[in-house]
Amino acid sequence: MSHPVVSARGLQRFYDVKEGFLSKPRILRALSGIDFDLHPGKTLAIVGESGCGKSTLARLVTMIEQPTAGTLMIEGKEVQPSDWASLRKSVQIVFQDPYGSLNPRQRISAILMEPLVINRPDMSAEERDAKAREMLALVGLRPEHYERYPHMFSGGQRQRISIARALMLSPKILVLDEPVSALDVSIQSQILNLLVELQDRLGLAYLFISHDLSVVRHFADDVIVMYLGRAVERASKDALFAHPRHPYSKALLSTTPRADPEAKRERIKLEGELPSPLDDLPGCAFAPRCWLARDSCRAQRPQLEGDDHQVACFHPL
Amino acid sequence: MVDQTSANGPARPGPLREFWHYFRENRGAVFGFWYFVGFVFCAAFAPWLSPYDPTEQFRTFILQPPVWQEGGSWAFPLGTDPLGRDMLSRLISGSRYSFFVGIVVVSISASSGIILGLLSGFAPRWLDSIIMRVMDVILAFPSLLLALVLVAILGPSLTNAMIAIAIVLQPHFVRLTRASVLAERQKDYVTSARVAGAGLRRLMFVTVLPNCLAPIIVQGALSFSTAILDAAALGFLGMGAQPPTPEWGTMLAESREFILRAWWVVTLPGLVILVTVLAINLMGDGLRDALDPKLKRS
Repeated sequence: MSHPVVSARGLQRFYDVKEGFLSKPRILRALSGIDFDLHPGKTLAIVGESGCGKSTLARLVTMIEQPTAGTLMIEGKEVQPSDWASLRKSVQIVFQDPYGSLNPRQRISAILMEPLVINRPDMSAEERDAKAREMLALVGLRPEHYERYPHMFSGGQRQRISIARALMLSPKILVLDEPVSALDVSIQSQILNLLVELQDRLGLAYLFISHDLSVVRHFADDVIVMYLGRAVERASKDALFAHPRHPYSKALLSTTPRADPEAKRERIKLEGELPSPLDDLPGCAFAPRCWLARDSCRAQRPQLEGDDHQVACFHPL
Repeated sequence: MVDQTSANGPARPGPLREFWHYFRENRGAVFGFWYFVGFVFCAAFAPWLSPYDPTEQFRTFILQPPVWQEGGSWAFPLGTDPLGRDMLSRLISGSRYSFFVGIVVVSISASSGIILGLLSGFAPRWLDSIIMRVMDVILAFPSLLLALVLVAILGPSLTNAMIAIAIVLQPHFVRLTRASVLAERQKDYVTSARVAGAGLRRLMFVTVLPNCLAPIIVQGALSFSTAILDAAALGFLGMGAQPPTPEWGTMLAESREFILRAWWVVTLPGLVILVTVLAINLMGDGLRDALDPKLKRS
């Protein structure tokens, strides 16, 4: 197997939260330790409900924030804040909201050329312009769109522009932070097809963050299911969708709508709320909502175990 | 492709025409705009427009009333002041000073205010706190009193009055800029510029500032009128332009003892200040409405 382009070990990110003027700041555990390897040309999907730390992970991998603990290796090098500038070219991001991710005061040409202006001062203006036009064609937009402003485009087109901007520096890794969840279903498939095509063509590794399992099913190679800042299950897409082993994964899968009215459906409804990331529970974070939980689950935290299909549960399904 | 059709709809009008379209709906703003154009014209061509030199004294025509009142004449359409100077010439020349005060004060306070606001929006929390608390202190003083104190320290002159007014008005720009910066900074396009490796200076001036300009432009227009008013007030209190400068506030101050004998000497400069400030405020309101995307209907 090829070497991973990104590998994370025990990646953590805590925030200090001030609640009052005199009270002691409390620690919010947005991400409390996650390991993964991302291989070139592959897609690793991170799924989980809101607040489970997916976007925090994206911010760590794209070097917007520094991890509190743990190591992040990009292309075999351990990431230090001093190398951020040189590693920017390897990792780029596509955001969820197509309406907020493009600067409304810049033309598409300026948006596409900005990464080159910053990172490649050696390139001449003509070269930059040529590269930007080439990229516009690659993501399926027409040459006449080049001098327009973002407000003249629809959501799907904007997302294409975001993808083009992310690809301007020829990155190896693209972090996709819910890239299609703000789009219509018909547009979603176009954008996903574009992403698949680009992956084949450019050998990109995708870190695909999503809460939409039906999208993940079509798109991912491997899947990590997260719950409250930790991975609870990690498996290949086929293994996970065929046989989820963690109760949370099973519940999550059971809520995915399917276009098959004949199929018998057994929807698992979870009771209760996501525990607060401010409380550091001693046991399994899912125990308060789990229908299989026993006393041991609340006392001790299960670790991610297994070979190919890893699960963090004392009573896996 | 399905998602490409919307860009081929009817062409949008140019930004300037679109702006004028929305601006025109507000009648008061249009009145303010044309008054302001006239005001700028007067200020630019004052020496050619005014019939006499504003400081020339016609001793035989002291306190002559305006032309429509008994005893008035077309030689001095708006009458003369106690030293026999032509009121019309003085008012026209006065527009120069007022315009100058407005421009200088707005450019000083806006540029320093925008830079401080950007800094405190991007700065670590301690620096942000220092800048904002200093601004709060300046805001806590009654503005005219603070300007008065500053002029008293610097010495009474029109230049010092302008500096004092600029210092008094500048915290408004700082607050406004900081608030917009904090709102814009959250947006994904700023993050994506950071991921692309943009440095702090580029983020501040290229990425964020252009998106914060609309409220600042409006504040600039409103500060223009405040500056004129404050300069007139300082002039009235003897702390601004010094006689015989034909500055509107100074003219008011010089003539207050004639308020019962010769109404035009006091009323006309006061009226000009009132209408000018009103017109600029109306224009500022119109600017705000026209530049605010939330108030657009299409």
